[in-house]
Parts: sequence; structure tokens; C-alpha cells
Amino acid sequence: MKVIKLHRGYDIKLTGETVRTIEQAQFPPKIAFKPTDFIGLKPRLLIVTGDEVKVGTPLAYDKNNDRIKIISHVSGKVSEIIRGERRVIEAIVVETNGIQTGEHLNFDLKNLNKESVIKALLDSGLFLNFVQRPFNKIANPADTPRDIFISAMDTAPLAAEDSFILKSNENSFQKGIDVLTQLTSGKVRLSFKYEDKAFTEFNNCELYNFTGPHPAGNVGVQIHHIAPIKNANDIVWSCSVQAVILIGKLFETGKINQDILVKVAGTAAEKRYYFKTKTGAEVSSFLGKNEENSRIISGNVLTGQKIEADGFIGFKDNLITVIPEATEPEFLGWLNPGFSKRSWWKTFVSAIITPKKVFKADTNIGGGNRSLVINSIYEEVVPMRILPSYLIKSILAEDIEEMEALGIYEVAEEDFALCEYICPSKTEFQQIIRQGLNLMEKEG
Amino acid sequence: MKSLYDFIQKFGPLFKKGGKLEKLYPIYEMGEGFLFVLPLRTKIGAHIRDAIDMKRFMITVYVALVPAFIFGIFNAGYQHFLSLGISVTILQIILKGALVVIPIYLIVLVTGGIWEVLFAVFRKHEINEGFLITSFLIPLIVPPTIPWWQLVAATTFGIVIGKEIFGGVGMNIFNPALVARAFLFFAFPKAMSGNSVWTVFGEKVVDTYTSATPLAVISDTISSSGGIIEALADKGYTLWNMFLGIIPGSIGETSTLMILLGLFILLLTKTASWRIVLSVFVGGYAMSTLLNQFAPDPTHIFALPAHYHFVMGGFAFGAVFMATDPVSSCSTNKGKYVYGFLIGVLAILVRTLNPAYPEGMMLAILLMNTFSPLIDHFVVQANKKRRLKYASQ
Repeated sequence: MKVIKLHRGYDIKLTGETVRTIEQAQFPPKIAFKPTDFIGLKPRLLIVTGDEVKVGTPLAYDKNNDRIKIISHVSGKVSEIIRGERRVIEAIVVETNGIQTGEHLNFDLKNLNKESVIKALLDSGLFLNFVQRPFNKIANPADTPRDIFISAMDTAPLAAEDSFILKSNENSFQKGIDVLTQLTSGKVRLSFKYEDKAFTEFNNCELYNFTGPHPAGNVGVQIHHIAPIKNANDIVWSCSVQAVILIGKLFETGKINQDILVKVAGTAAEKRYYFKTKTGAEVSSFLGKNEENSRIISGNVLTGQKIEADGFIGFKDNLITVIPEATEPEFLGWLNPGFSKRSWWKTFVSAIITPKKVFKADTNIGGGNRSLVINSIYEEVVPMRILPSYLIKSILAEDIEEMEALGIYEVAEEDFALCEYICPSKTEFQQIIRQGLNLMEKEG
Repeated sequence: MKSLYDFIQKFGPLFKKGGKLEKLYPIYEMGEGFLFVLPLRTKIGAHIRDAIDMKRFMITVYVALVPAFIFGIFNAGYQHFLSLGISVTILQIILKGALVVIPIYLIVLVTGGIWEVLFAVFRKHEINEGFLITSFLIPLIVPPTIPWWQLVAATTFGIVIGKEIFGGVGMNIFNPALVARAFLFFAFPKAMSGNSVWTVFGEKVVDTYTSATPLAVISDTISSSGGIIEALADKGYTLWNMFLGIIPGSIGETSTLMILLGLFILLLTKTASWRIVLSVFVGGYAMSTLLNQFAPDPTHIFALPAHYHFVMGGFAFGAVFMATDPVSSCSTNKGKYVYGFLIGVLAILVRTLNPAYPEGMMLAILLMNTFSPLIDHFVVQANKKRRLKYASQ
């Protein structure tokens, strides 16, 4: 097993950890399918409000690639189609009826070959779990990826533990890996924490150990160190541990099963457990009463999406973080020696005298927007051979060739989340990277 | 404090978009930001952010400069009374020093502040806290006798030509404070060199007082009797005196001890790059040790050991506070080693080979400011090449 040691990066230590127990959530009364969870998908609806849907009913397809469909994994009635600005479809909400009736789907589970596997994954909706690099977007079923990468170590703040999700799903996980091997011309490559013994025994895949702080668990960082992306046509896919388990279950049982484990964390959450629920579930079906004035995030505090109290968990998310919103102004804050300031920098006393302290997170941005001044610090939190400030500047200058040469194919928004976090000029790195990826795909 | 906050917020709409005083928003933002860290919430991207902001960053650098500033006040007074040959209480020394230094600081601060606000208002951006540092650096690198009008001219030149014409903070090529000093040096050489500008003299000067700076002493190769160290010691410049900084010189540059204290703060708080500071000293050490080998005789300037160079003139101050300027130095970590090393080498070279410019540090840093994009360019090219290599496999 290859051990890869990373040194650059940073673990943001936050309070609001979760008790490692599993609670069964109620059957979600509503489930939403959010096309915005899939970058690059342009939805065309196949249903209208009021339609009855079953497990396996297609709800929408991708305008760019009609083989890609959003499939319902519950039966019930389409209660609402939520649209945002310029009538972009934000969510298709299905009111469940508690009874799970399925469409008559015939999955070919005996003959494992590329065609049958792709068909089964597309018909079950599980294909949407694959993310393609370069460009960090939905995969194309017509492609044969060079490799498939799975990160079994989420190092983001308060992230769900993959070994906990894996527990008692080992067989499904192995089955899932076996299925994935059909899709790639190369290998399935599984990375996990050095000290994590849960993943050492799996077959049919290459195993890698990573050590180091966040973002060592980001699949993009792992790809970079295992077998970097060479150009726009060098396509690899990635998916989560949860997705591999779901794929395994599909091929074990022949049934669409979107039962997932969701971790609830963050100081403002009332009940902090792992909940057994369904993909896309209405979060109020398992979240307790949160603190007043708090923010619910589907995903982690660095890369997640803000949702409302009546919102829904994202398709690929295993984590709901609830943190208080910033409310109080701080008088003469710059003079404050800072005995309880959460900072990567050492300009606050707390960072020097209590470097291991765990902090309560809130949504305070912490300062005004300024020009990018201190350019070299971002290297310290990006454990890749990438020069973050140069890449960012090439994107802002819309210099396609420069972006390509500086490695835009290898990166995704999440890999720059820490740059955004530590930036004293409060530059929105993730958004800039997204712009760069979009531009690159369009022009490149 | 809540009521004060609410009171300030009441005026917000007046300055924000559509308000009557919209144009003056940068001033409002500055005042508001000065009084309060606002509870601004993240909207896009990461939901939580580091508590750092530019204000905090700059304040930390500011704090690191305070020891040198306070010592500068003391030393300006101390040298004054020393030249008069009168012994006085420490309070009198500080009072005299403050009368010399504080006006210089205020003049620079006000001049710099006016320019910064003007550009912020016209360019419609926030007021950048960087001018606080620039306006704190300038007083520290000028002689205490500097005429005030020259100071106004130099600060204006430093801020406008050194920074604003490039587009403001983050886009300037040169360190604005050094540009101001270079302006003084070349425009008003009489006020910036020679033996008489480094001390605020009184009505008379006692014979025992040496007004020549150590750098002037070593350039004067005629002096002989033993080695160059003895020549310095003859004038009262022992290593220890120079390290402590009780010698004539620019206001904040004399005390290596205070500069090291500042360095400690900078490195502890991660606000300066240790890579740069380390490699400046390594470069300086390498160059002066090399020159030692070529010294024709022990009184020659080449014979001066590296640790003497470090405590003389602006070497330490430049290495710690000027070379580390995040904007005008290299933007890649690898480039910083080269950048710092060459500053060290050049500073010693200029100092020793061209006695007409005793202050080699300023020129070395300005020169390397010019080259830092080039050094970065090579680092970036190496990064690209490495990628091309595996991309073509």
C-alpha cells in the first residue's frame, strides 16, 4: 500500500461534534431533487406538479445528454417545482405517501459489463453520483474514465466519518467496487487515512494511505498525488463511499435504495447524531429545534450549500452543519488581543497560546474586502504543485493558456476552500475557480 | 457600545449606494471599520472565515514597528544631548526625542492619509490599511533633521508614484516607503548624507562627539591603526553600541535589538516571510565573508566581518521590514529565497564597492523589487514545465 504524506493544509477545529450513534429518522414526508446539485446538468422536466411518481420514475433529464436522468427514489406526488432567478429549476419536491411502490425496472445484474452497469446506474439515478475531473461536473456515461477515485477520508471540518458510514455495509461496498471496475479502463483507487483500519481489506481496487491535514481528504488532492490529470481529455471519475455502498446495494438486491446516513453537527443543532434517512430528505424530518438565528448548511462549513429550515439535504451530502449566524458587532475589534479568535494566522493571542483550542464557528466574514496583497500564503494550504495566487489571477485575467499551464484541469472549487478561509482580503476563491472551470470548458 | 453602533448605522444609508454622500463611502467604511468589527455574514463560498482581515494584519506589522519607533524617539533625544555634552534625565531625553520624531510621523501620516483617501474616493475602493504601515515606515528611515517640506514631498512621491499610479495597494512594484526614501536621497542629497544630518544638534557640539555614522567611518579608508574594527571602535562604534543602537543614524534604523524584537513579533504572528529574512542574512553573510578574503589590508572596507555589517546602517531594518513587504517582494515561496539572498549580496556589494552610496540596503531592495516578478516568472515557468512533463507522458 502506498503511503502519501502531505504537510501543507490546515484542520479547522470546531465545536459541535456529533455523538457516534445512529438514530432512525422518520420517513421523510417530502423529498427534493435539486438539479443544482449536479454541476453541468441542464434539467428538462418530465413531470408536472401533481403527477404521481413511483420509485424509479424519471423526473427530469439533462438537455445536453438525455441519457442522464433524475430518478425518483420514493413514491408519492410531485407537490412543487421550486424555481429561482430566471426560472431556473431549483428543486422538484415529491410528497411521499409512505408506501414504496416501484416502476417495473429490470436491471441486468448477472452480466457485469460496461453497458449493463451504465444502464442500471442511469435507470436507478445512481449515475448522478459520479463527478468528472477535469471541470468537476457530472460525468458523461459515454466516457470511459481513465480511473475511478474514491476518497474514504473526508477531512473537512466536522465531516461525516466514512468508516462509520461503512460499518455493516462492507459487503455492499465491496460489491460496489466490483461494479465500478467495469466502468474504467484503469483502476478503482481508494484512499483512506493512515490510521483507519476499516478500509484495508477491500479487493479489486488499489489502496492508498494519506496523512496530513485538510484538504488531504479531497479527492482532487489525492488524484494529484496518485495520477494527475494531464489534459482536458484525460477524464477520471470520483464518487463517495456512500455512493459506492448504494451502488453495491442496487446490484445486490436489484432495488433502488437511497437509504443514507446523515451526520448532524454544529453548535446550533439540537440533536447531534447520525441519522438514517433518504437522499434528498426534508431536513426538518430529522433536525431538532435549532437555535434562533442559525444557518443550516447541507455539507460542510467550507463548501456546503446554505438551506432553509424547510430545505432538503443535497444529493451527494452526508452532513448537515448548523452554526449560529453572526450577530454582534465587536467594538474596536482590531485592538482586541484576541483570546478566543479562530484563526490560521497567529495575529491573535489565542492562536499562539492555545493552538489546539476548538472553536465555535459562526458566519462572520471577519473583515472587509480588499485587494489581494499577501500572495504566497495560499501555497501553505494547498498541498498540490499548484500556485494558487497565479492560477486565480490567470482566471481573473481570463487567460486560457495560462490557466491551462497552471493546472486548472486538476482543481475544483473545494480544493481552494481553505485559501478562501485564510484570506485576509476576503477573496472568494471558490467562485473564481468555478468561473475559471466554466470558461475553460467553454473556450478550451 | 450597542447604542454607538446603532448611531453609526443610522448614517449608513447616507453613504451607501444612492445616498447623498455616496462618494465619501470609503471614509465611512474606514470609520465604521475602525470602531467595529461588523457582524457581516458570509454570502457565497465558505460559510466560516478566519478572524483575520487586512486591518488586523497591518496592525500587527505596526505593532512590530513600535519598539524601533520608541527607541528612535529615545535615540534622537539622546544623541542631541550627547552632542551638547550635557547629561540630563531620561525624561528630558524622551521629551526632546518626541519633539523631533512625533512631528515627523504626524506629517507623514497626514500627507499619506490625504493621498490615500483621495485615491480611494476617486477610484471608488475601500481605504487600504497599507498606508498606515507606509506612513509608519517613512519616519523610521529618514534622518531626524529632515526638513518637513521635504518630508511632505517625499511622502507624496512615495505614495503617488510608488503606489497609486500602479493602481494602488497590491499592484505596486516598489516598496512605497523606500521609493520615498530614494526620492529624498537623490533629490535632496544634502539632507540625506554627510555627517551633519544624523543628529539634531544644539547650539554647540562637543569635540568628543562623533557625528559620522559607522558607514561613513568604514568608507573612509584613510583611517588606519590596526584593523577596521579598531577604526570603528576609535570613533566609539563597538559592536555592542551599534547592536543597541545608541549611535547617530536614521530614526528607526539604529537599534538592531529593537528590530530583532520586531522580527520576533512578525515571525511569531506569521505576518512576515521567514524565508525572506533568513535569506537576506544568509546572502549578506556570504557576500561579506567572500569579500573578507579579498581585503587588501585589514583597514580596508572589505575586511569588515558580516556581523558588523548586520548591525550597521539599514541592513537589519531593511531585511526585517522592507524586504518582507508582501506586495513588492516575490509572490512564490521558492522565489523568496532567491529574492532575499540577492538583496543580502547586493546590499553588501553596494556598501563596499561604491562608498558614494553608503546605504546599499535601500538600493538593493529597490533593485530586487524590480527583479522579483522575473524571479517569480522562473518559478512559475518551472511549475508549468513540470506539469507539461507529466501531461505529455
